[in-house]
Amino acid sequence: MKIPIDYYIWLSAVLFGIGVLGVLYRRNAIIIFACIELMLNAVNLLMVAFSSQLNDSRGQVFVFFIMAVAAAEVAVGLAILVMMYRKTKSVDIDILNRLKG
Amino acid sequence: MTLYVFYFLSFVAIFSALLVVFSKNPIYSVLYLIVTFFAIAGHYILLNAQFLAVVHVIVYAGAIMVLFLYVIMLLNLNHEDEPHKKNLAKIAAVICGGILMTVLVGTLRGASQAIPRTGGDIGYVKTLGRILFTEFLLPFEISSILLLAAMVGVVMVGKTDTKKTTVDINEPNNQ
Repeated sequence: MKIPIDYYIWLSAVLFGIGVLGVLYRRNAIIIFACIELMLNAVNLLMVAFSSQLNDSRGQVFVFFIMAVAAAEVAVGLAILVMMYRKTKSVDIDILNRLKG
Repeated sequence: MTLYVFYFLSFVAIFSALLVVFSKNPIYSVLYLIVTFFAIAGHYILLNAQFLAVVHVIVYAGAIMVLFLYVIMLLNLNHEDEPHKKNLAKIAAVICGGILMTVLVGTLRGASQAIPRTGGDIGYVKTLGRILFTEFLLPFEISSILLLAAMVGVVMVGKTDTKKTTVDINEPNNQ
């Protein structure tokens, strides 16, 4: 049997909300990156659900591109984070808010 | 049967996503994120997107999460004395997340009228590859350029410190 699309909308909205909550709630920059990944995955899940619902492969191709962009984003972000840690000895987002060299 | 699998996977995904946010130790957060990704891969299989499920596990659980764990180990962050935000900011964060979730659900609820068309093999490699290499060929090439640019950028970001130390060694009083 096919699962109604409403269920996937609920699940994706809850996952996206948890991701937003994590970004606002935590001060550790690595956890904030992880929560951004969570939000991207919520969107991916909804896109695959609609792709399956509408019987159209284009949604799944978009998910590929989102994965590629996410991989690039995580690599660059973690490299910046490592450099920041070398300067400030912390990944606390409240210390990183000045962004001065 | 499918509905029960859906409920189970959803429960695992939401529960471990909450644990990602509320775990004290960053290592546990990242490990719970891996559990969430496996649950989402299960959802992909349930949605008849088998190839995407495999790619998801390889890319996220195999590459991105390894990068996260590597950085946490490298920076030696696996301790729990992280400072927390003030209680007011936490309550505001919970309220903001809840309101956003409500708005998203309320906006997308009308989508149930979309006509489900059953059948087809949209998740197979053959179908996806044909679309990817005909209709989406230009975005595909551009994404490869994006990955190359990201790689060069990461190398440049990572190299600045060593360059500076060599300068410092050669000319100690130039600052």
